Formats: sequence, structure tokens, C-alpha cells
Amino acid sequence: MARRTLLAALFVTAAAGLAPAAAKEIGDPQRGAELFAEECSACHRIGPGAEHAVGPRLNGVFGRRAGSLAGFDYSRAMLRMGNEGLAWTLPTLDAYVANPRALVSGTHMSYAGLADAAARSDLLSFIRAYSDRPQDIPEAEPTARKTQPVLTEAVMALRGDSEFGEYLSAECTTCHQRDGSDLGIPSIAGWPAEDFVVAMHAYRQKLRPHPVMQMMASRLNEEEIAALAAYFAMLE
Amino acid sequence: MILTRRALIAGSAAATGLVYAPALLGQGKPRVVVIGGGAGGATVARYLAKDAAGALDVTLVEAEPAYATCFFSNLYLGGLRDFDSLVHGYDRLAAGNVTVINDLATAVDREARRVTLAGGQVLDYDRLVLSPGIDFVADSVPGWSLAAADAMPHAYKGGAQTELLKRMIQAMPQGGVFAMVAPPNPYRCPPAPYERVCMIAHLLNQTNPTAKIIILDPKEKFSKQALFEEGWGKYYNDMIQWINPEFGGADVAVRPDSMEVVIEGEVQKVDCCNVIPAQVAGGIAAKAGLTDASGWAPVHPDSMKSRVDGNIWILGDSSAQGDMPKSAFSANSQAKVAAMAIRGELIGSRVFPAKYSNSCWSLIAPEDGVKLGASYEPSGDRIASVDSFISDTGEDAALRKLTYEESFGWYAGITADIFG
Ligand SMILES: Cc1cc2nc3c(=O)[nH]c(=O)nc-3n(C[C@H](O)[C@H](O)[C@H](O)COP(=O)(O)OP(=O)(O)OC[C@H]3O[C@@H](n4cnc5c(N)ncnc54)[C@H](O)[C@@H]3O)c2cc1C
Repeated sequence: MARRTLLAALFVTAAAGLAPAAAKEIGDPQRGAELFAEECSACHRIGPGAEHAVGPRLNGVFGRRAGSLAGFDYSRAMLRMGNEGLAWTLPTLDAYVANPRALVSGTHMSYAGLADAAARSDLLSFIRAYSDRPQDIPEAEPTARKTQPVLTEAVMALRGDSEFGEYLSAECTTCHQRDGSDLGIPSIAGWPAEDFVVAMHAYRQKLRPHPVMQMMASRLNEEEIAALAAYFAMLE
Repeated sequence: MILTRRALIAGSAAATGLVYAPALLGQGKPRVVVIGGGAGGATVARYLAKDAAGALDVTLVEAEPAYATCFFSNLYLGGLRDFDSLVHGYDRLAAGNVTVINDLATAVDREARRVTLAGGQVLDYDRLVLSPGIDFVADSVPGWSLAAADAMPHAYKGGAQTELLKRMIQAMPQGGVFAMVAPPNPYRCPPAPYERVCMIAHLLNQTNPTAKIIILDPKEKFSKQALFEEGWGKYYNDMIQWINPEFGGADVAVRPDSMEVVIEGEVQKVDCCNVIPAQVAGGIAAKAGLTDASGWAPVHPDSMKSRVDGNIWILGDSSAQGDMPKSAFSANSQAKVAAMAIRGELIGSRVFPAKYSNSCWSLIAPEDGVKLGASYEPSGDRIASVDSFISDTGEDAALRKLTYEESFGWYAGITADIFG
């Protein structure tokens, strides 16, 4: 408690030293509008009077808790992530648009993802224009761009040692059952390796909210994550 | 294969008293004997048998025919789980190449590397694992002894004691007093006494809402205290009173015959009393000469191997390892590191660096769960915590419900991981 109060105070002081914030541009909203039309508009509406469609309306998405709009029938996975504390900020939206299932496995959004980081920035700068008073969104998030990309290609290209993964998996199977049952705790057996890797890095970077998983992931290195991914992908 | 004591005695009709059977069964394979089929012991036996794929002869000695978990026993007290759901048999372990012997280990001859069982059987080993849980320190609560556990149950080992405690709570008169004598550190599952109080309060709220609960505590503070105290205020009004040392919590004696507790010399009549005494390693660890002055058995942090005997591993509650709390999660985590180290020594399989973890869910009320956890690594001569988290006070109902549901998932997961 004491430590948290101290940290909060530190942040206030730091923020007070910054120039008052007009949101920093994160991309080209013009180009973002085109991308929205191409990539998103089949399912999502945004702008004045927008309603839910196949997907939820996207007005005001920045700063909102995941899965929290009334009147939309979210996937269980999205509701769970929202309850665990996932909120839509620039980094989380960026990760979600890059690879929806990696951030929210089990999402109903059937979108493969937008790989091009610059395109995502443009798209998000367009979407952000429809969030409430974006200038009030604090500098640290979501307007500050994460300097590090979520994942480098080298990390994605790592080939995991599944024998090592099997040993490491003993830590996972205390909670995640090998046979794929998912009562209260999601199944990770048979999870495609690539999604597994992205998800674990999302925990490591604290984009995914779950505290147990953030802790477990934070001490796995890239090789270990690859090894686990290789092992779990093999399970039925 | 499950051998019961009765079957063994019937089988050894020659009845010389000593039976050397498993040495013959071994046929030259390295032999690992595990004493204690709980969270640590059953896990290590299962992982050894599974991962060695027939190259090891693994025998598990467990005194009870089935294992009733302490974990989730508080939910049984609260009426959220039935007793049968806490009981796990050894059939799947036995089917998975573990020889399960239902008997009590009475002696370890470390020189001869030999374990003797109450039924007379003798088991030779190349490596021995002890995961015998806890025993109680005699006279740690003046007036209480194991003989008094029928009147004032500890309910701190799984099974009949838990059922007895529940019957006694249900038999309390309206407006009666429930007292818990809480244990000093270190003890098995730090938050368990306080979760237990939540579950008992939940039960009493429905059947006996004017009852009172007092906790007599020799400790100044306890695990997840802020979370529990928040919950006690929120759900259980004035029912629960925590009496710390300042108010006499450390100066407590009991009188099981007259159902009284004596706090700083003042006599208080109670209707139900749960005495959780101070604890030490399961008795066989001391008998084998593996414990130190603290009463616990010191181990090397990178393998869980005993510091006293290089052929012996000690897991779970009995071990003195450093920062890990005594929990089923910890015992299960330690067992996996031990299994890897033992396989490495006996059959040369790969050994990776040790990593440990623990997460522990506690229930404040139905649909209101909290958790804490940490990850651990060997550091110098101990296991040290490297990272940790704990639920916050004031979390919203949706998150608490999710944590509650997650705890059920954990129980299903870990029992499958322990018993197959
Ligand atoms: C009320 C309560 C709630 C708890 N809740 C949780 C929880 O939510 N999460 C959690 O992780 N942990 C929890 N725990 C703690 C957990 O139960 C223990 O930490 C865990 O069981 C320790 O495992 P172990 O292998 O060391 O001992 P145990 O699981 O106790 O196993 C020891 C076994 O050895 C056997 N044995 C002992 N001596 C001999 C002998 N000489 N010969 C043959 N057999 C022998 C015993 O019969 C027993 O089956 C809780 C404990 C309590 C009391």
C-alpha cells in the first residue's frame, strides 16, 4: 500500500512537469479512414449515431474496458479479459488489431490481423478521433507510441525445443489441464504455436491483464516461450 | 498395482515377519521409494513413472487408502463442496506404473538405504523421497493434545477431522461461540485459517446468524489480512472478532473437557473450538534424522535434495527451503523439480534449471475469490521469491467472481496433475 501511494505520487509529479497535452499524433487519420473502410467497416460502425453491427460500435473505444458495452453479445473470452482488467489503450488496441486471437484467444472477431505497424497506427489514429476527448488521455497511454514492436521477427522465427517445453510445461499444468478441460481456467492444449508465442509475450509486456500469467510469463525468456509453444501445440 | 496391508499380510503366509519382495520386483532397475501420497509425494511418483517410461522402479507408500485434500476443505465447511469431491484415490497412479503400497512407513535406515513399513515389509531404495506433510508440536497449546482432537478438532490434516469439525459447527446452539486457536508461523497454508473463518461465517450466516466467531491469534499479522478484513466487514458484519497478541491472542490455553478457552487467565465458555497447533515436519522425517532444530527438514534449493543425506529428497510442507509457503501448489511445484533431478541422477536424463511457483486462491464468500502468488528460484542456499502479486482490496464483483471460478479450475487442474 505504502509503496503504491509513493508510486502514484511520483507519477503525478512527473506528469505535472509535462506540457499540457494535446494528444500526440500517432498516425495519419486520413489514411486510417481508408483502412477502416477496407478492413473494418464490414462489421463495425463508427461515428455519430453508430450502432452495434456484427461487431460492437467503436465510438469511445479508447479507455474503455474490453467487453463492456451494453447490448452487445461478446464472446466469453472477451468478457473474461474485460473482467480481468483489459482496457483498450493504444498498446492493447495495437496488439489486438495486429493479431486478435493472440491477445484475446477465443474472440469472435474473425479478422486475421493487420501486420503492418504503420497501417495500424494510421487506423488507430482514425478510430481515436471518435473517442471522448482524446486530449484528456494521459501521455503515457494511449498516445505514447510503444518504442518496441510487440514482437521481432527473430522471436517469431525461434524454433522451440519441445522436450525442454515438456519440462517447463509442468509449471503450466498445475492449472491448465493437459487433457484440454477448461473449467474456470482456459485450455492451452493444442494451441497453435504462433498464437501461443504472441500471447505469452503479450503477458510479458503486460498487455494481457492476468496477474498470475504476467508473473509466469515475465520470467520465461524467448527460448522458453518458444519451447512451451512447441510442446503445447503438439498436444491433442 | 495397489498393495494393501491386508493383502500383503495374507500373501506372506510364511509370516517370517519381514518381506523383501520389491527388491526382487526391481530387477536391477534403479528404485525410488516415495513416502507420503499427498500433494508432493503423489506428484513426484507420477512424474517419475511417467517421464522415466519404465526405466525406474517407483514405489509410493501412503498410510491412508485414499487422500482427502485439505485444500478446498474450507469450501466443504462452508457448504460449497461436498466431502466426496475432496477425496482422491490412487488407482490412476497405480495404472501408470507406480507401485502403491497402503501402509505406514515406520523407519528409515539411511545406511542400508531401507524403509520399514508397519506391516513388516521392507523396501530397499536407491533414492528416497519424503513428503509426509506436517505433525503437531506437543503442548504448543496448553491443555490440547492429539487425544483432545475429538473434542477440539484441528481439521488441519484432511479427512475425518474436517467432517467432525463441520458436524460440531452445525450442532452449535443459536447464538453460540466458535473459537479458533490460530497457529504461529511457519505453518501449512498461511491464509487457510482465515479462509476457514470466512466459510464458517458463511455457513453460520444462514443457519445461526447470531453466532459469534473469535480467532485467538499468536501472530501480529496474517496472510492476505487486508483482503480478509475487508471481506469480514462486507459479508459477516460483527460476527468475526480477531484477537491478536495485544489483546491476549498469544496467551491461550484450552480445556477440552469443559469446552473452555482461557485467554490471559480469563475463562471463556465456547460451543465449538478449532485448535490449530504449531507445526513441524511429518514425524518420519525427524525419525530419519533429516530435520534440524527448527523441526523442519533443510534441503538444497536447486533440487529439493536433503542437506543431510544425498540419497534423500524432501518435499512440501516438511521441507525447509526458504521463501515458499507450505502449500499444495508449492509441494506440486517442488515435486517436479525433484523428479527431474532424480531422473537425471539415476538414468541420466536432461536436467534443466530449477524454477518454482506458487499461487493461492482464497474464498471470502461465494463468488468472491482473491489470490496471491509468487515465482521462486534458487538463490544462494535458499529458494527465494523473484516476483509476486496479490489481489487488491476494492476489486469489483466481476473480477472477484472470475477469481472464484478460477480457483475451481485450479482445483481440478492440480488434482489431475497430482493423481493423474
Ligand atoms: C484448511 C486448509 C486449506 C488449504 N488450502 C490450500 C489451498 O487452497 N492451496 C494450496 O496450495 N494448499 C492449501 N493447503 C495446504 C496443503 O494442503 C498442504 O500444503 C499440502 O497438502 C502439502 O503437501 P505435502 O505433500 O507436503 O503433504 P500432504 O499433502 O499432507 O501429504 C502427506 C501424506 O503423507 C502421508 N504420510 C505421512 N507420514 C507417513 C508415513 N510415515 N508413512 C506413510 N504415509 C505417510 C499422509 O497420510 C499424507 O497423505 C491447505 C491446507 C489446509 C489445512
